[in-house]
Amino acid sequence: MIEIAPRFFRHSPSLLARTAFFVMLSLLLMALDSRFKYLSGVREVFSVIVYPLQKLAHVPMSMYDAASELFQHSEIAEENVYLRQQHLVDKGQLLRLRALEAENTQLRKLLNAAQRLENKAAVAEILRVPHDPFNRKVLLDKGSRSGIEPGQVVVDDIGVVGQVTRNYPLASEVTLLTDRDHSVPVQVVRNGLRSVVSGTGREGTLELRYMAINTDIQEGDVLVTSGIDGVYPSGLPVAVVSQIERNPDYIFARITCTPVSGVSQNRQLLILSTQVPRAGTPAEATKMKPRPRKREDNVAR
Amino acid sequence: MSLANSPRHEILLPVKGWFIMLSLIIALLLNLVPLTGAARTLQPDFVALVMLYWFINEPQRVGISMAFWMGLFMDLGNASTFGQHALGYSVMAFMALVFHHRVGIFDGYKQSPQIGLVLLSGQIVILLAGLFAGSPFPGWNFFLGSIVGMLLWPLLSAILRVPQKPWSASDAR
Repeated sequence: MIEIAPRFFRHSPSLLARTAFFVMLSLLLMALDSRFKYLSGVREVFSVIVYPLQKLAHVPMSMYDAASELFQHSEIAEENVYLRQQHLVDKGQLLRLRALEAENTQLRKLLNAAQRLENKAAVAEILRVPHDPFNRKVLLDKGSRSGIEPGQVVVDDIGVVGQVTRNYPLASEVTLLTDRDHSVPVQVVRNGLRSVVSGTGREGTLELRYMAINTDIQEGDVLVTSGIDGVYPSGLPVAVVSQIERNPDYIFARITCTPVSGVSQNRQLLILSTQVPRAGTPAEATKMKPRPRKREDNVAR
Repeated sequence: MSLANSPRHEILLPVKGWFIMLSLIIALLLNLVPLTGAARTLQPDFVALVMLYWFINEPQRVGISMAFWMGLFMDLGNASTFGQHALGYSVMAFMALVFHHRVGIFDGYKQSPQIGLVLLSGQIVILLAGLFAGSPFPGWNFFLGSIVGMLLWPLLSAILRVPQKPWSASDAR
C-alpha cells in the first residue's frame, strides 16, 4: 500500500494501550453480562450471525447419520419390528392411562382440587454442546420462532434434562441439571420426602443440600420432581441417590446423586410447555414493590 | 542455501484480506463442531491457532480488535459469560504481537513450543476469568487443548501458507 500522508501523522495508539483498551472492554462486558444482564439484545444479534455457522458445523454429523442410515437397512427393519411391538405395548398402556386420567379428573373434580393441565411438547435437536468446562449448557435448534420460552422444562425419554434459560429467534439455551446455578425441587419416591436437588458444576453429579444426618434417605432412592415450584410438572424422574456420607461432626449429611437422564447419549430432547398457573416468582414479586435494583437481580439469579 | 530451503525465508505473495476472513470463519466452524467425550477434551482452539498465525506472520494486517470480536463469537457459541474468551484472545493477541519478531526467526515445528506457551497463557486467562465469575475448576485436562494445538501448529501454518506461495516457484522445483 502506498502511504500518502506522512508517517509522522499516522501514529496509532501503542500496542499496550490498545490491549489495555480491549482488556478493559472485555472485563466491562463480563461484569455487565454476569451481574446486570443488560446484554440480551446484543446476544440476540450475535446469535443470529452465529446460527448459520452452527448449522453448518452440524452438517457433517447429519451427513454421517444419513450415510449410516443408508447402510443399515437390515438393522432398521429389525428396529422397525421392535418399535411396532413396543408401540402396541405402549398403546395398551396409553389406553389404561387415558382411563386413569379420566378417572383422576373426575376424582379431582369431586375433591374440588385444581386440575392438572396437560403438557404440550416440542421435539428439538441438540445443536451444540459447548466446548466449555465452565458451564453446563446445551443449545437446541428451536427458539422463540417455535414458541420456546425461558423457563420451559426439557426432558429426554428417561427424565429431566434441564430448563430453557435463554431463547434466541432460532435457538435456545438449556441449562442442565448439573449446572452450578440450577436447582430442582424433588421428592423421594419411597417415602415422599421433599427436598431440593442442586447442580455441582461437575458432569454427572448432583447434590442434596441441607439434609439432616438422620434423614430417612438411602442409596438408590429415586428422586422425582415434586411440582411445588410451578415450573417442573410433578413426577418426572430426576436423579438417583448414589452416595451418602453421614459424618456426625456436621449437621448435614453429604448426599450425592446421579441424574437419570443423559445428554451425552441422545441428540433429540423434548421441550415441555407447562401451562401451570404459577404464582409469581420472587423476582416478579419484588418488582411490584419499589426496591433497589441490585437486590432484584440477585433474587432473579 | 540453508536459508532458501527453510520455509520461513521464502518470499511469499501478500496475503489477501478475504483469505484471512475465510480462514477465521473456517476455524470458528471447526470450533463449533459438536463433539462429545474424549474428542471434546482434545479439541484444540482452532480460532486461537489461526489468529496466532496471522498475528505472527501478518502483524500489519490484523489488529487486537479482531481477536476481541472472535472472542465474542466464541463466547456466544459456548454460552459462556460475554467477554470471557474476548479477554483471553486479546491477551493472546498482545503476546503474539510482542513476540512476533522472535517467533519469526524459527520455522515450522520450532515455533511450536512458543505457540504452546502463548496458547497456554491464553487458556489460563480464560480460566481465571471463569473462576472469578464463580465457575468451579474444570480439571487439569482443560489444558490438553493447548497441547494438541501446539502439536497441530506446524501442519496448520503449512496449510495457511499455501495460497501465498508464488506460482512460478512451484514450477521451477
